[in-house]
Amino acid sequence: MSVDENMVRRIANLARIGVTDEEVPALATELSAIIGFVEQLSELDTEGVKPLTSAVDDKIRGREDVVTDGGYAEDVLANAPEKDDEYFAVPKVVE
Amino acid sequence: MTDLTQMNLAEARDGLAAKEFSAVELTQAHIDRVSASASLNAYVLETPEKALEMAALSDAKIAAGEARPLEGLPIGVKDLFCTKGVRTTACSNILGDFIPPYESTVTQNLWADGAVMLGKLNNDEFAMGSSNETSRFGPVVNPWKAHGQELVPGGSSGGSSAAVAARLGIAATATDTGGSIRQPAAFTGTVGLKPTYGRCSRWGIVAFASSLDQAGPITHTVRDAAMMLTSMASFDPRDTTSVERDVPNYEAALIGKGGGDIKGLRVGIPQEYRVDNMPAEIEKLWQQGIDWLRDAGAEIVDVSLPHTKYALPAYYIIAPAEASSNLARYDGVRYGARKQGADIDDMYAQTRAAGFGDEVKRRVMIGTYALSAGYYDAYYVKALQVRRLIAEDFTKAYEKCDVLLTPTTPSAAFEIGKNVEDPLEMYLNDVFTVTVNLAGLPGISVPAGLDANGLPLGLQLIGQAFGEETLLRTASVLEEAAGFDAQPQDWWSA
Repeated sequence: MSVDENMVRRIANLARIGVTDEEVPALATELSAIIGFVEQLSELDTEGVKPLTSAVDDKIRGREDVVTDGGYAEDVLANAPEKDDEYFAVPKVVE
Repeated sequence: MTDLTQMNLAEARDGLAAKEFSAVELTQAHIDRVSASASLNAYVLETPEKALEMAALSDAKIAAGEARPLEGLPIGVKDLFCTKGVRTTACSNILGDFIPPYESTVTQNLWADGAVMLGKLNNDEFAMGSSNETSRFGPVVNPWKAHGQELVPGGSSGGSSAAVAARLGIAATATDTGGSIRQPAAFTGTVGLKPTYGRCSRWGIVAFASSLDQAGPITHTVRDAAMMLTSMASFDPRDTTSVERDVPNYEAALIGKGGGDIKGLRVGIPQEYRVDNMPAEIEKLWQQGIDWLRDAGAEIVDVSLPHTKYALPAYYIIAPAEASSNLARYDGVRYGARKQGADIDDMYAQTRAAGFGDEVKRRVMIGTYALSAGYYDAYYVKALQVRRLIAEDFTKAYEKCDVLLTPTTPSAAFEIGKNVEDPLEMYLNDVFTVTVNLAGLPGISVPAGLDANGLPLGLQLIGQAFGEETLLRTASVLEEAAGFDAQPQDWWSA
């Protein structure tokens, strides 16, 4: 299946990556080539095969539901592009 | 005094213990060499003051008879590892001048064992690449040259491989998601070890594809790789996929001069790795490796890994899918660079458009596509099913053998710029390495010979899960048989 220009815009929007009109055709070609390559997988019959998400069989470890970390807002905010008091600052989202 | 940058890790450790030189002298020799080697672009940040401070502490420890396992040994750190108070960027513009307020577990383990940090090493942006050409800091140049051409050092850990090969650090940390330790090691005549998934903590390592990422060392020798792994590996409650298992002294697994006895060890040769168009030199080297191991007493067994050809396509769905999720955090809010936009959504889109390079954008978009409504089952779930088939191939093969021997790469190092325009051509570099990540197994690349152009080639050994001791023992036999002692000619130092 090829990725057309509308699909490129749709994916870019989902991925929150701004693309210019000039970039769209080249991206459509590149993404189509990669999708074409990965589509070899459809040759394989995988009926009934359980998906493998992790090479480690271990169950996720539980722990006591207690606070084990935190209390250093200054460190957490140290790299913020914009901050206000103990908060990350973003453009206004609510009118 | 001899040139202190010409030793391997074990030799430097022994020299420090015998007080032939001090940790400060050893570190200063490397600092000088790093600063004279800027043309290779291996380091993206040098930390000489920190290094000398750490080395002085090491000298005090040695004087007090309290030397730790890696005391006073200067190493480089891939810029994917968070280092407290030291800029960490994953070589992406989107991280800006991020200064981590914490240290990754792997590097913390190394410092706790006395290692000295020389600085941060270049890599492909977010470790996405096989040539170290996608870095925001520009390409790394391989210290090895052919016909006067500048070559890539492999990737994504190209800064690590180039630094070790050029002796800008006695060893380096690296990470491997689809071959990013083993392929650059093969391209530079160094040893690259990717441990079993879960052996080294991923905590504090910038995430690319979390179910595949694993840290490991690039070194001069197999013994050095064993020394590094012994320190890097640990059980870490802060990484949910870290495996609770004792860390052996991997160096102790190497016995005797050649490092091991492999009499009776069954070495599997996967027939599917004889790919079309494999260069005759690679084929020949592989056969040579088979002969070396047989001569050392191993039993050679033909095995089949029937789903090998589907590993790369499965990888190029799974890794981008995980990347698209992991990289969602780069939104211009909590750290890194921000571009202003018309509203918050536009701010995200502009920040990510400006901050990510072309290859990262491609992979995030492929991953987003594979995970999107209507395509999830056809691509993502399908790839995970194929991943199981690939893992089961190895399980079946290991009923007949103990380790596998393959080439590391389908070619030697190539020219800078050669594959930049063709992502798919670049992806083929990982054809022999990527299966190992999908199955979570350990793999090691050992320098085994030179091609007709005088460039290094590597052979890969693949072990069973947590079979690092057998893997290292076999690798040391291969290393001794190959007797690889070629070095790149120093054309780069100023």
